[in-house]
Amino acid sequence: MDLYEYQAKDLFAAHGVPVLPGATVETAADAAAAAAELGTAVVVKAQVKTGGRGKAGGVKLATTPDEAAAKAAAILGLDIKGHTVHRVLVTEASDIVEEYYVSFLLDRSNRTFLAMASAQGGVEIEQLAVERPEALARVAIDPIAGVDRAKAADIVTRAGFPAAVADQVADVLVSLWETFVSEDATLVEVNPLVRDPQDAVIALDGKVTLDDNAAFRHPGRADLTDQRTEDPLEAKAKARELNYVKLDGEVGIIGNGAGLVMSTLDVVAYAGERHGGVKPANFLDIGGGASAEVMAAGLDVILGDPAVKSVFVNVFGGITACDAVAHGIVEALKILGEGATKPLVVRLDGNNVEQGRRILDEANHPLVTQVDTMDNAADKAAEFAAVGV
Amino acid sequence: MAIFLTEHSRVIVQGMTGAEGTKHTTKMLAAGTNIVGGVNARKAGTRVGIGGKDLTVFGTVEEAMKETGADVSVVFVPPRFAKDAVLEAIDAGIGLAVVITEGIPVHDAAYVWAHACATGAGASGKGTRIIGPNCPGIISPGRSNAGIIPADIAGSGRIGLVSKSGTLTYQMMYELREIGFSTAIGIGGDPVIGTTHIDALAAFEADPETAAIVMIGEIGGDAEERAAEFITASVTKPVIGYVAGFTAPEGRTMGHAGAIVSGSAGTAQAKKEALEAAGVTVGKTPSETAALTRELVRR
Repeated sequence: MDLYEYQAKDLFAAHGVPVLPGATVETAADAAAAAAELGTAVVVKAQVKTGGRGKAGGVKLATTPDEAAAKAAAILGLDIKGHTVHRVLVTEASDIVEEYYVSFLLDRSNRTFLAMASAQGGVEIEQLAVERPEALARVAIDPIAGVDRAKAADIVTRAGFPAAVADQVADVLVSLWETFVSEDATLVEVNPLVRDPQDAVIALDGKVTLDDNAAFRHPGRADLTDQRTEDPLEAKAKARELNYVKLDGEVGIIGNGAGLVMSTLDVVAYAGERHGGVKPANFLDIGGGASAEVMAAGLDVILGDPAVKSVFVNVFGGITACDAVAHGIVEALKILGEGATKPLVVRLDGNNVEQGRRILDEANHPLVTQVDTMDNAADKAAEFAAVGV
Repeated sequence: MAIFLTEHSRVIVQGMTGAEGTKHTTKMLAAGTNIVGGVNARKAGTRVGIGGKDLTVFGTVEEAMKETGADVSVVFVPPRFAKDAVLEAIDAGIGLAVVITEGIPVHDAAYVWAHACATGAGASGKGTRIIGPNCPGIISPGRSNAGIIPADIAGSGRIGLVSKSGTLTYQMMYELREIGFSTAIGIGGDPVIGTTHIDALAAFEADPETAAIVMIGEIGGDAEERAAEFITASVTKPVIGYVAGFTAPEGRTMGHAGAIVSGSAGTAQAKKEALEAAGVTVGKTPSETAALTRELVRR
């Protein structure tokens, strides 16, 4: 899960990474009040989970509360790369002498963690990595040893930070590592980390990605989800503990196992090329237990998507038995009743396949078509979606 | 021969007395796996009857190994306790730990991997080989089955299979059941895993029974690209590839914790191109991949 800047900074503050005071507000009036409370010039910053906010007009300076209100009014409601701005962060403006970059992240390739740091920040880090790789220090971090003061000092030296701020930056790194570990993050990034005229070092922006698998260690984490910007179908699926991702096509997909479902999306997209360019409408992995309830919940979410014209149920019975899946489909259609209106193409294979196919044959539901192979079933589902049966 | 798991493997199950552990221990026994006991500190010293066999529950992996000569552990322990369970297996010096558990935090997986490396994993066959986590395990059909891969999909034969995905493993075994498999390994779709495509490719290359290798990848990370480099340098047997996730949108996790395209990195297209550049035949769908494999094996 990616966090908003203000959420990232809250975590930073909790672990001792220096940030400036500020408030997150949703109206122009509240922005003025926040600016008045701070009593300084402020920066009004759009809270969206994407880069390039400044260029898009989502970050503005205001010297008075009235100006803060005007700037907030201009930013709230903006569309930045498809993200609507619902909130702004009103934070103290700071004088910047220099800009730096620091981050910790998961290094998948080497199955360890990585520190990245540069004394020449304030630019897109991907751009810096390509254009001036020597200016970006990359230091492997042993997950067991972690980052102590000595390791932090080593990173500071390798990144070439000025002596005047070396100690402060090392302190920031130790606190940032503490954030990374105790919050179970896969990324903590400060860009820019700035030096002010008094040589104080402050995290001016923050980016944090949290590991969803670690949610059981962090009971309050659900509160970080912004339900307003969640896709309503995804929110509905999540409430039912379904693994669902909304896409922009017409063929609804239900399958078992992440790899098989991803593969199903691809096969449907290829089939769609022969049928007017129809595409998969979603990713939905019902996992091992394809009970009637799970199947009904899955179908309910998919049929709630007005873009869906047909549904492809693709199951390979490994642990899951095909007869259980077939029962699930039949019962799900009973539960949904007249709510089920789109054609269903079903491909079953593997464990107890004969029984499964027989159950669907005997049920003889008018919406259900069985096809024996994945490729042919994808073709049939794409055809149904294209002609709008 | 087979790789990593043979008829001589002596298998214990960590988490054997839990619901999943008991269910799959029954299935592994039915597949002919030589299961010699289980581990659960809270039930140490008890005996349980599973699948017609009377099995001892040991308090620790170390004790189980000492008493039974076990050299493989299959781990069904829930995510909250999985880190400690695998660390225990490593410290006991087990040869192979197959971690089925889904949903282990990546900080735990990275810690375990660092510990495994510190004790010799990956280097010269010493230390513990880890398969997974979040994987279906490994099967050498007709010999042994350590994990949850259904044993009745395909029998033994000349194909070696390595895959990030469980259900695509089953699908591919089903499609190629008339040829059969020396060993099939699901390495798991998490960002940090033990055994990689490269480890499996190297072992299949060295296995005289394996005639061709099928390699299934998916979006995220650069394991397939690295495997392609390895194939160019070190694999002489035919390799047939499949990659899932061409239609996955950027920045979204597709089921597996590691299945995510980040910016331009980790795309299915890049992986396919890297594999093809290494001389790997890449199928467009699982069925096409199976058909290409049949052609190559029969040639």
